[in-house]
Amino acid sequence: MGNARMFGPRRNEKSPLQRLLGLNWTIVLINCMIAGVGFAMLYSVAGGHWDPWASRQSMRFIGALILMLTIAIIDIRYWMAFAYPAWAIGIALLLAVEVVGATGMGGQRWLDIGFMRLQPSEVMKIAVVMALARYFHGRNYDQSRSLRSLLVPAVLMLLPVILVYRQPDLGTAIMIIAGGVAILFLAGLPAWIFVAAGVAVAAAIPVAWQFLRDYQKDRVLTFLNPEADPLGAGYQITQSKIALGSGGMTGKGFLEGTQSQLNFLPEMKTDFIFTVLAEEFGLIGASITLVLYGLVLGYAMLMGLGCRNQFGRLMAGGLSVTLFLYVMINVAMVMGLMPVVGVPLPMISYGGSAMLTWMIAYGLILSVATHRHVTLAPKGSGLA
Amino acid sequence: MLAGGQGLVLTALGGRLYYLSIVQGEKYKLRAEKNRVALRLIAPERGEIFDRKRRKLATNRPDFRVFMIPEQAEEIAATLEKIGRVVRLDERRIARLERQIKRQRKFVPITVAQGLDWRTFAKVNVAVPDLPGVVTDAGLSRFYPDGEQIAHLIGYLASPGEAEVAANPLYQLPGFKVGRQGLERRYEDRLRGAAGTRRVEVNAVGREIRELPPRQEAMPGSDLQLTLDAELQKFVMQQLGEEAAGAVVMNAKTGEILSLASAPTFDPNEFTRGISQENWNALLKDPRKPLINKAVSGQYPPGSTVKPIIALAALEQGIVTEQTEHYCNGQHRFGNRTFRCWKRGGHGKLDLKGAISNSCDVYFYQIAEELDIEHMAEMLRRFGLGQNYDLGIDGEKAGLVPDRAWKRAAFNQPWHGGETLNVSIGQGALLATPLQLALMTARLASGNHMEPSLVSEDLETDAPDTAFSKMEVNPLHMRIVRRGMEMVMEAGGTAHDYRRSKNAPKQAGKTGTAQVRRISEAEHQEGVRDNDELPWASRDHALFIGYAPVEDPQVAVSILVQHGGGGSSTAAPLARAIMDKALDLMTPPLPEEGEA
Repeated sequence: MGNARMFGPRRNEKSPLQRLLGLNWTIVLINCMIAGVGFAMLYSVAGGHWDPWASRQSMRFIGALILMLTIAIIDIRYWMAFAYPAWAIGIALLLAVEVVGATGMGGQRWLDIGFMRLQPSEVMKIAVVMALARYFHGRNYDQSRSLRSLLVPAVLMLLPVILVYRQPDLGTAIMIIAGGVAILFLAGLPAWIFVAAGVAVAAAIPVAWQFLRDYQKDRVLTFLNPEADPLGAGYQITQSKIALGSGGMTGKGFLEGTQSQLNFLPEMKTDFIFTVLAEEFGLIGASITLVLYGLVLGYAMLMGLGCRNQFGRLMAGGLSVTLFLYVMINVAMVMGLMPVVGVPLPMISYGGSAMLTWMIAYGLILSVATHRHVTLAPKGSGLA
Repeated sequence: MLAGGQGLVLTALGGRLYYLSIVQGEKYKLRAEKNRVALRLIAPERGEIFDRKRRKLATNRPDFRVFMIPEQAEEIAATLEKIGRVVRLDERRIARLERQIKRQRKFVPITVAQGLDWRTFAKVNVAVPDLPGVVTDAGLSRFYPDGEQIAHLIGYLASPGEAEVAANPLYQLPGFKVGRQGLERRYEDRLRGAAGTRRVEVNAVGREIRELPPRQEAMPGSDLQLTLDAELQKFVMQQLGEEAAGAVVMNAKTGEILSLASAPTFDPNEFTRGISQENWNALLKDPRKPLINKAVSGQYPPGSTVKPIIALAALEQGIVTEQTEHYCNGQHRFGNRTFRCWKRGGHGKLDLKGAISNSCDVYFYQIAEELDIEHMAEMLRRFGLGQNYDLGIDGEKAGLVPDRAWKRAAFNQPWHGGETLNVSIGQGALLATPLQLALMTARLASGNHMEPSLVSEDLETDAPDTAFSKMEVNPLHMRIVRRGMEMVMEAGGTAHDYRRSKNAPKQAGKTGTAQVRRISEAEHQEGVRDNDELPWASRDHALFIGYAPVEDPQVAVSILVQHGGGGSSTAAPLARAIMDKALDLMTPPLPEEGEA
């Protein structure tokens, strides 16, 4: 307002309240709707009970929503300043997991910090994007194209990927790489690098196979032919496809999914919750949910493209791709288009980590949106 | 460009969803339904088995049981341990169950405990919801009220074999058992009935959520009625006691088997429950062979019990008449061999009836000099020896009636006249089962050519004599032989009982003592050793056949006591008591029979 404009150092500076009111509330509402779908499905998975999952998930969501809005109205310059420290903290946490982490679900992923279980790999998904965005910020197109300038991003990306893969959590490692590659692409790296990398990856697959854990190999093999052992490793994917397919156009009705209510589906409240949705609400219900995700992610992409500062542009683009992959991997997995890699459907699956990642990332995207007209100094935090 | 890519991928996912739910929707709907709805079979109640007077021989009684389906159990050892806390399961039992689980395919239910009382069963049921793979069942178990009396006939039930379980869904019902031996096996189809079906909604671990109508009830199996008289059977078993023995009592007119006994015996209930290794080993090791049904599986030299038939063959061939006399000095020369009579000093002069009542061997050697083995064998066969009757009991043996063709086939040797002499006194290669001997006696007593039967199709018994064709033997000749058999039981006969009351029904019979060892010439010189001096397995078999009452024969009996010693001393008294008891049970016309 008037006073701020008069005394403030920057003429286009807004107060936190103004920034809060200036958010795109339609998009916030769509995020809430996605979470609402999650509550409904958790209610169904519990056999028509609010407890134990839907109630706790909704409490978490309220906390996460407040966090998202808070992040959204914090000045983007703080986030830029925080990019490298966030990455460093993420690496430290990953190392901590390596040393003291609790083992769960066949991998060492959690760090018990008292009031919640923290998954550093989730933190890392965001931190890598922030750090890469920070790195390419202020580098012009030509600077970004030099090979020498790729050394730092390579370290920023590969160090966390190696640590995450060692946990082992292949799904998250892939998501970190993909998020990073998206930023490299947005930063304007020449196309031949992506092609060369693609070729290198294809060539590395046979070698990488040797390094996969047995259960990871099983998952890939099962994916390639799930019907080979319908009662063993292929059970999950076979039952998931049956549930998806039997839902038909309109679904079997809320709380009427036979595959889910009779426990034929595995991991219903987490990895396979989209299957429950598709079984009970059919193609229509599942498509609407996908469209909601599409709207939210499309908005993020638009905000990124419309951002006048490089950091915001890259961060919004990178986070949008990361979140998109989150959704895509889960949905493709339950439809039998990808191996079962244990990636939840963010916002809908039961569990705090994925929801928190989504809401923090989306908070950052909203922050980018709020500050899309802000120009930042090519170097430094811009706060100096 | 990235946004476009994302849109494209989302559209592709939508397309995949469309493909699964719309294009292939029907297929997956069917598979979901197959997942959800299970067709469960309802076990039919097995038919009961009755004796001729509708006394239960095999029945079903409620049984509280606990099963485990290893495939559905999470932790087998832990599950067993948890059940063991409620049901008493000692370590050996658990070890045995674990071995069984390892041996079988994982979908085959195993019986963890049975015969539980209601309290224990209720406790298990409280625990069951937390124990996947554990199934309780208040079903019916087979029970044989007087199992030991009829063990050799009835057989027992056992869990079907693994291969059968895979092939027949009914066999996968926990606790379902099939006839494994004896009548239970032979009449399996009839006793079993037909399974019913019910449709149930099940969850992923197979637990039933609710039943979906309609339900088709099971059809219980048909009952089986035997010709056996349970009371007589019990009496006969008591008479045989601890001996290794077999006995058959038959309706002399119809061939209906009133009792078919083999001793020692065992408890078929133990088999149905699952016999312990110790008890099984004990049964196998017992030299008296409790598992063998001696009445139909035991083939013994019939000894002198066949002499009436040999006499009949000689009469028919015109070799002897009622009056033909021979002199017995205790031995008979044939070629360069000496055949001896059982009576060392000889019988002196005897006619045909005397030869039968005194069981004179020399008289029959004389007959055998002239009577061809083919005629002898033909008559023995005509009276039922040398063939199977397929009663539905396991291990029925045909015995052996030797003749020239047999000798040629078995040894590729010609028949020797000396062998005919041996057969004439029921020795040599001749073998018969107690069942055959009882049939032989019944045919001789009634003159009817009947077949033995064990299962009566309905309650109507005692079919009139005319229902059977007559034996193709001159009735006069049969009367002579029968008279000889009456004299066996009279003063001077080999089975005379001085204490027997004059009013008791008159019995006829024939003793037999079958030699099981070779007696050397040296022993004959020094004096043949007495049975009491010999080890059990070398002693003679004691045999007896008989019928009563002589005026109008109602029952025929055969009895064999393995290594029992002499027929007159061991077998005859038992047979006498059995015949009296059988007549006792037959004579008062039963009200059911009168009305039927």
